[in-house]
Amino acid sequence: MTIKLKQHIDPSLTPVLEEVYDPEIPVLSLMDMGVVRYAQIIGDKVHIKITPTYSGCPAMDVMAEDIVKAFAEKNMDAEVELVLSPAWTTDWITERGKKALEKYGIAAPLEEKLDKAALLGNEKIVRCTHCGSTNTKMISQFGSTACKALFQCDDCQEPFDYFKCLK
Amino acid sequence: MKNDNLIQYIFSIADNALILGQRLSELCGHGPSLETDIAMTNMALDLLGQTRSYFQYAAKLTGEDKTEDDLAYLRTERQYRNVLLVEQPNVHFGYIITRQFLFDAFHLLLLQKLQNSTDETLSAIAKKSIKEVSYHFRFSSDWMKRLGDGTEESHAKVQEAVNNLWTYTDELFHNLDSDNEIITQGVGVDLSELKDSYYEKVKEVLTDATLVIPETKYFQKGGKKGIHTEHMGYLLADLQYMQRTYPNMKW
Ligand SMILES: [Zn+2]
Repeated sequence: MTIKLKQHIDPSLTPVLEEVYDPEIPVLSLMDMGVVRYAQIIGDKVHIKITPTYSGCPAMDVMAEDIVKAFAEKNMDAEVELVLSPAWTTDWITERGKKALEKYGIAAPLEEKLDKAALLGNEKIVRCTHCGSTNTKMISQFGSTACKALFQCDDCQEPFDYFKCLK
Repeated sequence: MKNDNLIQYIFSIADNALILGQRLSELCGHGPSLETDIAMTNMALDLLGQTRSYFQYAAKLTGEDKTEDDLAYLRTERQYRNVLLVEQPNVHFGYIITRQFLFDAFHLLLLQKLQNSTDETLSAIAKKSIKEVSYHFRFSSDWMKRLGDGTEESHAKVQEAVNNLWTYTDELFHNLDSDNEIITQGVGVDLSELKDSYYEKVKEVLTDATLVIPETKYFQKGGKKGIHTEHMGYLLADLQYMQRTYPNMKW
């Protein structure tokens, strides 16, 4: 189930794509986020397909522009297409991406079952990004962006974001 | 002609998302608490994002250089096919949550069927949207319970909202004659098939929320045929204002 997309990505293009970051989470590259579905050179043009995290994610347009810019700096002409299928899932965030999220102060998504238990408040398993305690609770299912929920730590009392599992 | 039916069918789904998204976005900065404000604007964003996917597809089918913006902003009231439920105004928080809950329960069932559509694009949009709408449904069901089983005042307010909005639920399950072909082809969903599971699910949550299921036997309809309530005109005036005043403007 996890990343089958590598086979559609021309490895010579990954270094450029790894330097393009999510405008709202500037530590997470588009590659680590798993939104790049396809990258090939056809003729003298780079063709990229990206898939949105959430339908209304306003960052998608910026990502597309940033990709075109990144290739332009290498004197390459790129074209970005938005595809919906297969739909993005948090499973496609790489291990490196999850570490980057945690370091940035956003708790990385848990697997589906644990995520449900955490969001329903049945289990205290989301780890506070400030002090590492799992004595945490959800404040709101919806956070500052569609992909996050807002949590609070009952030990250090600080609020923090949790990247919701999306399947 | 074949395309025409499909475009109309897409409107019947997309207009619900557009109009409810517009209603929710009116609350941006006006929610009763920061968390609920953010939640409702997040849901608005999801719904408007879904609308864009549908309209981009409908615009492609329409041809004639039409864009998603033309479809969203430049139709007349009679051309919008949304159900009456989603255009109902933001009376108070309990009312907004009830409207959301009554729609989400339907929306989720619809998308679960639509993801099996023989139309690849509709199936892809449904598969994408279903993940988002699951969160909406969880949010609105939770709040129905908190308000219904909350204080005397919250209970009374949300019960009144249920009583008022119940009359708009039946329309959710009306198929229009013009959709018959789309449904037989396996492109569209036969809405009448969703009805039993809908009321079962809704009653389960309402009972949990200590709310009484209304006995209304009279149901309002018309939205799907473009005959809307008075609220719709005001909503569209707001929605269309910029494009009507400055045609073809872009951000
Ligand atoms: Zn802490």
